[in-house]
Amino acid sequence: MNDTVRKKLRFSKIYAFSCGRASFKDDHSQIGGPGFSRVVFCNEPECFEAKVRNYGGNYVRTTKYTLATFFPKSLFEQFRRVANIYFLVTGCLSFTPLAPYTAVSAVLPLIVVIGVTMVKEAVEDWRRKKQDIEVNNRKVKRHSGDGIFNYTEWKNLRVGDIVKVEKDDFFPADLLLLSSSYDDAICYVETMNLDGETNLKVKQALEVTLGLHEDSSFQNFKALIKCEDPNANLYFFVGSMEFEEQQWALTPQQLLLRDSKLRNTDYIYGAVVFTGQETKVIQNSTDPRSKRSKIEKKMDKIIYFLFCFLFSIAFVGSICYGIATREDLENGKMKRWYLRPDDTTAFYNPKRAAIAAILHFLTALMLYGYLIPISLYVSIEVVKVMQSIFINQDLHMYHKEADKPAHARTSNLNEELGQVHTILSDKTGTLTCNSMEFIKCSVAGTAYGHGVTEVERAMARRKGSPLVDKVDDNQDHVEDPADTRPIIKGFNFQDERIMNGNWVNEPHSDVIQKFLRLLAICHTAIPDVDEVTGKISYEAESPDEAAFVIAAREFGFGFFRRTQTSISLHELDLMSCKKVERLYKLLNILEFNSSRKRMSVIVRNEEGQLLILCKGADSVMFERLAKNGREFEEHTREHINEYADAGLRTLVLAYRELDEEEYKEFNEEFTEAKNSVSADRDAMVDEATEKIEKDFILLAATAVEDKLQNGVPECIDKLAQAGIKIWVLTGDKMETAINIGFASSLLRQGMKQIILNLEAPGSKELEKAGDKSAITKASKASILHQISEGKAQLTASTGISEAFALIIDGKSLTYALEDDVKNMFLELAMGCASVICCRSSPKQKALVTRLVKTTTGKTTLAIGDGANDVGMLQEADIGVGMSGFEGMQAVMSSDIAIAQFRFLERLLLVHGHWCYRRISSMICYFFYKNITFGLTLFLFEAYASFSGQPAYNDWYMSFYNVFFTSLPVIALGVFDQDVSARFCLKFPLLYQEGIQNVLFSWLRILGWMFNGVCSAILIFFFCTSALEHQAFRKGGGVVGLEILGTTMYTCVIWVVNCQMALSVTYFTLIQHLFIWGGIILWYLFLLAYGAMTPTISTTAYKVFIEACAPAPSYWLVTLFVVISTLIPYFSYSAIQMRFFPMYHGMIQWIRLEGQCDDPEYCHIVRQRSLRSTTVGFTARVAAKSSRTKEKFDNKT
Amino acid sequence: MATDGFFDSNLPQRSEIQRPLHFPHISRGSFFAADSRFTQQELPACKPILTPGWVITTFIFIGIIFIPIGLVSLFASERVVEIVDRYDRDCVPANYSKNLLAYIQSSETNKTCTRSIIVPKHMKNPVYVYYQLDNFYQNHRRYVKSRSDKQLRSKASETDTESCNPEGITPSNSHIVPCGLIAWSLFNDTYGFSVKNKVLDVSKKNIAWKSDQDHKFGSDVYPKNFQSGGLIGGAKLNASIPLSEQEDLIVWMRTAALPTFRKLYGKIDVDLEANEKITVEIQNNYNTYSFGGKKKLVLSTTSWIGGKNDFLGIAYLTLGGLCLFLAVSFILVYVIKPRKTSGTSKCLPDCSLLTEVVVAVLRLCNAQHRLCSCPSLL
Repeated sequence: MNDTVRKKLRFSKIYAFSCGRASFKDDHSQIGGPGFSRVVFCNEPECFEAKVRNYGGNYVRTTKYTLATFFPKSLFEQFRRVANIYFLVTGCLSFTPLAPYTAVSAVLPLIVVIGVTMVKEAVEDWRRKKQDIEVNNRKVKRHSGDGIFNYTEWKNLRVGDIVKVEKDDFFPADLLLLSSSYDDAICYVETMNLDGETNLKVKQALEVTLGLHEDSSFQNFKALIKCEDPNANLYFFVGSMEFEEQQWALTPQQLLLRDSKLRNTDYIYGAVVFTGQETKVIQNSTDPRSKRSKIEKKMDKIIYFLFCFLFSIAFVGSICYGIATREDLENGKMKRWYLRPDDTTAFYNPKRAAIAAILHFLTALMLYGYLIPISLYVSIEVVKVMQSIFINQDLHMYHKEADKPAHARTSNLNEELGQVHTILSDKTGTLTCNSMEFIKCSVAGTAYGHGVTEVERAMARRKGSPLVDKVDDNQDHVEDPADTRPIIKGFNFQDERIMNGNWVNEPHSDVIQKFLRLLAICHTAIPDVDEVTGKISYEAESPDEAAFVIAAREFGFGFFRRTQTSISLHELDLMSCKKVERLYKLLNILEFNSSRKRMSVIVRNEEGQLLILCKGADSVMFERLAKNGREFEEHTREHINEYADAGLRTLVLAYRELDEEEYKEFNEEFTEAKNSVSADRDAMVDEATEKIEKDFILLAATAVEDKLQNGVPECIDKLAQAGIKIWVLTGDKMETAINIGFASSLLRQGMKQIILNLEAPGSKELEKAGDKSAITKASKASILHQISEGKAQLTASTGISEAFALIIDGKSLTYALEDDVKNMFLELAMGCASVICCRSSPKQKALVTRLVKTTTGKTTLAIGDGANDVGMLQEADIGVGMSGFEGMQAVMSSDIAIAQFRFLERLLLVHGHWCYRRISSMICYFFYKNITFGLTLFLFEAYASFSGQPAYNDWYMSFYNVFFTSLPVIALGVFDQDVSARFCLKFPLLYQEGIQNVLFSWLRILGWMFNGVCSAILIFFFCTSALEHQAFRKGGGVVGLEILGTTMYTCVIWVVNCQMALSVTYFTLIQHLFIWGGIILWYLFLLAYGAMTPTISTTAYKVFIEACAPAPSYWLVTLFVVISTLIPYFSYSAIQMRFFPMYHGMIQWIRLEGQCDDPEYCHIVRQRSLRSTTVGFTARVAAKSSRTKEKFDNKT
Repeated sequence: MATDGFFDSNLPQRSEIQRPLHFPHISRGSFFAADSRFTQQELPACKPILTPGWVITTFIFIGIIFIPIGLVSLFASERVVEIVDRYDRDCVPANYSKNLLAYIQSSETNKTCTRSIIVPKHMKNPVYVYYQLDNFYQNHRRYVKSRSDKQLRSKASETDTESCNPEGITPSNSHIVPCGLIAWSLFNDTYGFSVKNKVLDVSKKNIAWKSDQDHKFGSDVYPKNFQSGGLIGGAKLNASIPLSEQEDLIVWMRTAALPTFRKLYGKIDVDLEANEKITVEIQNNYNTYSFGGKKKLVLSTTSWIGGKNDFLGIAYLTLGGLCLFLAVSFILVYVIKPRKTSGTSKCLPDCSLLTEVVVAVLRLCNAQHRLCSCPSLL
């Protein structure tokens, strides 16, 4: 970097809108008072006073827990779940005599489950810790005395340290800017991590310190800063600096915030003011709102339902128990004398049977607790983490060029990905690449540039023009990006007429010259000359600005040096036809902002002419043209419309010569406005600029292409086939948006476009009249009218082949989103195949998202890349951020980050579908297996006079959820697939299963529960009937409690695991291992447990070796019960699979019968997925063919 | 922020852009190092679906396996000869028939009762003698818990009677061995068998679980203070025989699973001929009258499957038959409604078939909007 150039720059003079000076105003009087008590001793952090104050270090902790707080905090988190509280309460109760089982056996599963979750938390926190360590150990140069700066870790910084931060480094703490590499001590800061804004901010140090340019100047630097206490307000800072015995006011202008980045500035010196947790960004960080998936919410309902069931059976049991107990003692006579009802504790006291029943109720709650799957939450969490790993590791969602894999930032929403009903997409950077290419221009009414844009290609195809088809037939979407990429990034212009200096021969060469000059001068880019090759590259605030400078360079107007007051160009002299160096004195820069929509520079050229050069959006520029400057207006307008049609971003360029007088007047007013400290400073500045930015002479219009990303049309097509609605919310112009819509197949010919806008002539007149409330009223009425008209169109269309598209602009959207209109608007929008909202603000994007989400109750997915999408991403059920080019703000607030829009296809259709299917099957199965188990306990109770005696050994019960049945269900959740990824993508309609939620409907859930109830009943009654009272083996021994328990338990394990085997459709080795392993584990456990001393094994002692294993009836009963219990489900699914297959079933048939390679056959099945309202090019083809068919039919 | 215009404030993509903090560090190397078949979820797998072939084969297979098993089990069960004699009513003298409790609780009454049983079929030895009790909740929680395994196992833990209350200690505060309600309520009817005035020996050896005798009931633990309290429950024990030898007690202590249960009383080690008349002299001591329980004497042989219970055999036969029936009906259904498997012909034939299915699904789900059916149908 050429320091020499930089150092002399004093941008503060020419910048219009920043760099304000502060004076001691009201705020500053508070210094020293409460809330403003901070005192920083610059450059002497070791001094006594500083030590007394003892501000915290710069270590930043983002972990949830520390070693000390981990246990209490994570335990607390765990027990916020109702089910876990229940298990905790039963665990505690199990230490009382109420417990039907031993306390250890009740507590152990809870400990295992909680332990696993806590380990997971710990691992996650450890990852954060590692990140913390990485961040805290970053190096920064710190003044270590005697003017020497040494590298030290961030964490070692203390308040008062002087640090030197170099270009493109993050600030390690909140710093007070002292000086920079620029003479006037300004620096550029990128605050993307703070507020998501990607434009650079200018900060400036106090004048008194700007002389501290060298390391050595800090040798004896001393200053005292008094300022506010740490707070979270990013835009507010009050303080004062005592330097050389003078007080200076400090403003946010001098404060560099941690996590922002130094840009375009070689280095800065700063004093540390806030460290670590006290920095504004950390104070600002809040835990992200955690989103929960619909399935999980529904699962909670199921759990509550099960709780009700549990309470009711416990209640019934208690009543029966109470009755039985009361009858034990009648008139002093004992009925069941062997229970000694005459001499008993409260639990069994017949005299106070009511109390006994109440106590028994507690016992029953504990016993039937097995109905609630204790390991459900932890299993789901484990499964989701694994699923996220699969998403992260998917090679098909890995973007090689950017080295960015997909990244599921939260695993909570995996299954929600399978239920997306509406996608709300940003356009720029999401559908398009956001790399700008200068492609066309219209100079002096002549259009230049032959480049064909993606959109034009799509349009040409739409019109059936042969011109494009021969350029490349239908392959334009799949071509290798490397092929189409221009050799020069940002420049894709082809036109011999003005390339290579040929422009001098064009009719309006003087205009072209001015145009090129304007391109080269009117910008804020900074050149970077490679000293070796002499090549110039540019650092610009936005890619389109860079595209301009590059274009100017390619046309021969190479901008190569910027000083604080001048811009130097190499340019072609018309007279001598030689390259000459020209210097333009830079007087003012009137910056761009979104309300002005233009930027200007005021320069003085070598001839001494004063020029104002301006570029801006057509809407603001045309009205600023002088009467004599409209020579090319008509043609230019035409061209602009053409360009907009071609999906290009257009800009109008104009200039004007200023006379000295006018400039002087302006400069005075402008300087005054700039230096004023009053609140309406910005308004004053605006006013001043308004005056000078007028009477322009039109030069040219430019067009920059914002290219569609690879594979976007295909992806949209697939998503549309899947029945997902796609809305595009963009800030772009309506024409551009519509064109992108065509290019990406969201719109097609023959689709009826319902356009809502407020550009009806009536509204314009009103606008002129200036009556605001009247305008509002009229606009609203107009929108209402348009909406109802659209709805009328919608209802009038009877033919199924008619599809509608709704296009609405931002202004109309304001009214459409009002409370009384929004439902109508949404109804209309839902009736349309595609919806495009143009000119929408970030807030509107979020509001639209909320409207769709809350009113339809369906799952919405928002995808975006920029800071303007953050609201939308957070509002939607799922926010997908593009981890592409535009910084990390969108990614930071997203739930899942992908690198390319096209990955959405795989993310939703494959991963989403699988996750949805897996999680829903898993939950259903979980409830099934626990009902099967828990209900056998209840049935047994009915035969034990509801006394609360469990049928099984304590440890059988406690290991049921934890060991014997947990792994297969996790394997199901992680690995199961109904159809492979290839088929998911080939038959997108499969995704409808998720949207309609067929796999997790109440019918299905209750069906599984019913299956569980049936299984329990069959198991219990078959076991008890088969092993009644007779001898169960040759030795004449009869079946006792322990043998019946063991047999029944064996049957439960077999049934539950075999049921899993029946419902799994994807058997890898892992499934086999877990399912059969679960059963084998049970036998191994039985052997091992039975071999332990009777003290431990109690009733299970040698039960398998001595009694069960040698008895054929044990095995026969097992075989019979397992088969008979599974046959109903087996028959049901056989019939369903054959005669009423769900969509995945159909695809399985296709796969099985090997017809997947038969295109015609697949086409037929896929045909079914096309609905009339579908968008995408497949639908387009279908619509076309149906139209021709209709015509044909009409003829015949 | 405005996205229109050329001043979209996007920074140029920089090659040296710093990797953001929160992004997991996945270097390209490690990314590809992972086993991609696993991570791409393309592991070799078997993907079974319930094709007609599979379904029919499964049903036939189950039928073929189950019917023989059923037959064999039923045969085995049929071979078992079982004599059940309920005696709780008949053994009460007529004058006490209105007041069964008084009869059984009085120590004055004559409890001896003679029954004669005809052997219906040849009974090969060993003939097992059971008593069967009805409506006796040995699986009641209070009952099941009322024992002390430690005390039963070793002499040292004699005082460990906490879990046995109210049968843990005598009124005079000495510990009862074996304590608890189970032992206390030990069955005390006795049976004496004779055939043609010749006494049949009933062996009480090896009627209990071997492991119980070896590991659960101590050979040095002798009954102590047993049935010496105010209320006498059931049988008394010979205080000179260690618990491990008290097989009646051991059998009784294995609590039954259901309220109707049999317990092994002993074995008769001789064959009983058909039509032989066995005279049983019953000491009808045990009180089942207060809770209305029945008492039955059961003589039974066993086969490999155990005692007489036709349930398993019948169940197997039924299920086997059902499976065969299902197989046949599935075949019929598949034949009547065949689903063409060839899709090579033009759209319509195949489509109409699938369409049928689709329409059926639609009707079922009442979701007409869900799928658009084939053009042929419209």
